Amino acid sequence: MAKLLEVKNLQTQFLTSAGVVRAVDGVSYDVDEGETVALVGESGCGKSVSALSIMRLVAEPAGRIVGGEIVFKGRDLLKLSEEEMRDVRGRDIAMIFQEPMTSLNPVLTIGRQLTEGLEIHLGMGPAAASARAIELLGLVGIPDPARRLAQYPHQFSGGMRQRMMVAMALGCNPALILADEPTTALDVTIQAQVLELLQDLSRRLGVAMLIITHNLGVVARYADRVNVMYAGRIIERGTAAEIYADPRHPYTLGLLRSVPRLDEPIRAKLDPIEGQPPDLSRLPPGCAFAPRCAYRVERCTEVPPLAACGAAGHMSACWVSASLAKEPVA
Amino acid sequence: MSDALLEVRDLVKHFPIGGGMFTKPVGVVRAIDGVSFSIRKGETLGLVGESGCGKTTTGRCILQLERPTSGSIVFEGIDMVTLDAAELRAVRRRVQVIFQDPYSSLNPRMTIGQILAEPLKVHGIRRDKGERELRVRELLAQVGLLPQHDKRYPHQLSGGQRQRVGIARALAMEPALIVCDEPVSALDVSIQAQIINLLEDLQSRLGLTYLFIAHDLSVVRHISDRVAVMYLGKIAELADRKAIYDEPLHPYTRALLSAVPIPDPKIEAKRERTVLRGEVPSALKPPSGCVFHPRCPIAVDRCSAEIPPLREIRPGHWAACHLA
Repeated sequence: MAKLLEVKNLQTQFLTSAGVVRAVDGVSYDVDEGETVALVGESGCGKSVSALSIMRLVAEPAGRIVGGEIVFKGRDLLKLSEEEMRDVRGRDIAMIFQEPMTSLNPVLTIGRQLTEGLEIHLGMGPAAASARAIELLGLVGIPDPARRLAQYPHQFSGGMRQRMMVAMALGCNPALILADEPTTALDVTIQAQVLELLQDLSRRLGVAMLIITHNLGVVARYADRVNVMYAGRIIERGTAAEIYADPRHPYTLGLLRSVPRLDEPIRAKLDPIEGQPPDLSRLPPGCAFAPRCAYRVERCTEVPPLAACGAAGHMSACWVSASLAKEPVA
Repeated sequence: MSDALLEVRDLVKHFPIGGGMFTKPVGVVRAIDGVSFSIRKGETLGLVGESGCGKTTTGRCILQLERPTSGSIVFEGIDMVTLDAAELRAVRRRVQVIFQDPYSSLNPRMTIGQILAEPLKVHGIRRDKGERELRVRELLAQVGLLPQHDKRYPHQLSGGQRQRVGIARALAMEPALIVCDEPVSALDVSIQAQIINLLEDLQSRLGLTYLFIAHDLSVVRHISDRVAVMYLGKIAELADRKAIYDEPLHPYTRALLSAVPIPDPKIEAKRERTVLRGEVPSALKPPSGCVFHPRCPIAVDRCSAEIPPLREIRPGHWAACHLA
């Protein structure tokens, strides 16, 4: 399948009083047309900043994209003028945020927020845009859409607000949706509804998705390919099946082992990853995960590991990748 | 039950909506609507449910941060609901709490040492300053922090370390019961396991009893001896963790379990999912009969007419469902 998005050696930094924070430090990944790709990692690993960089929404002047390329449909988004970029946002690439209440405008009606993009990007008239807005709300399963258009975000429940965000994202038939923790703020049963909806719509409409999440379960259920991030870098990449069956990086292995699972016998003790994630303004010279790593050898603390590709594009950035315990993840 | 440390009977908490000095309330939120359970000494009872189901309010009633509308909360043989403020102070020492977000529950202008010493001073447990410092050290060590952490401020600690401080503060009073309200849900996955292990470790060393309130069913399964599932102010099901996860009797419990994604694509591909229709109704106007019936995949006519009582269907396995 054709490459829709290619992020190459992206570097995004923030200038703070504590020094330069390398939030995204040379990250490369790609998304094919119609595919669902996941970016997994814990808070502060740079996954959200990497998505914001694609949209060029990193808050300046503190934050800057200092290097790399973001090739979308053959064009480098980083070379576009602000005006050209405005045409891309919302039309070619749409975004769904974690907290729908803070990303919707509380003083505009649902209808206005849905039609704004349609009128600006697609040049629809008010009547046509309203008709499309009703269609969109129906598409995401909101009952009685015509009446709902006149309501405000506070009259919607959390799940409905997130459905409304999905409707907004789909409005201009984008080729790619960036979903940044789309269901983290929702209850499990509503989470399941919204994820099923996203999967169903993306397949039916052929939209590619980049899901950014910390939830390994969500990734397993919905992603085709997975990128695991740690301290601003991608440390492992592969198909979802490979990453879960045969993790090749100690961090991925540790993450999978540290969560209790409903389908397993109850363990006496969990296996946490000891220590804390590193301070991004003071990264160690070698592998950023080395201080917490149980498989660490001397070289790890001195030289950053090279990304090594295994079978079928399964990449891992680890010096001891080959000697990781072969046993299946317990 | 004689070995029960805490016994909650027919707990009800209603919050009136609106209504000022001269106007009547326009409605009542039925946050908790007749909840009963007990916790044995040394046990962990998991309380799960979605937001708005009343699990946190239940915890707050047990802590007496909310006065219940009716019902009793018997702790170590004393009904806390009947106590006045002075009598409560003594009991409160024995019932402590760990909150979800350690950052908003620690005073940003106090050092960790001051935060931990304050309750010791207020309750007159360690009157001497030197003794207090000693105890603070001991508490820090118990939760896996270093002695030099006592000079730090909350913002200088990581999320996991702050939650350790929250735990140490709860331990300072030498409590019998700790209400853990979503203690790990604000933490990163790799840190969650550290805190869960710490809580389990402390329980076995100090003989603590936990009420573990959470929405993450996998975590609750790991840590609890028994589990209560709440829905819209009522207990839907209550049983041993094994029974509740292996043989759930209530359709809501089954739906909750099937909604949790399992981190394994192979298993996920084969799994059957029950995606519930609709959303949790408002506690202002709970549905008639069984509160779950509008979303229930197996509801029959009777469910909308008759409230199902919580029945003991198998020994120790309770469910509030006509069809169980």
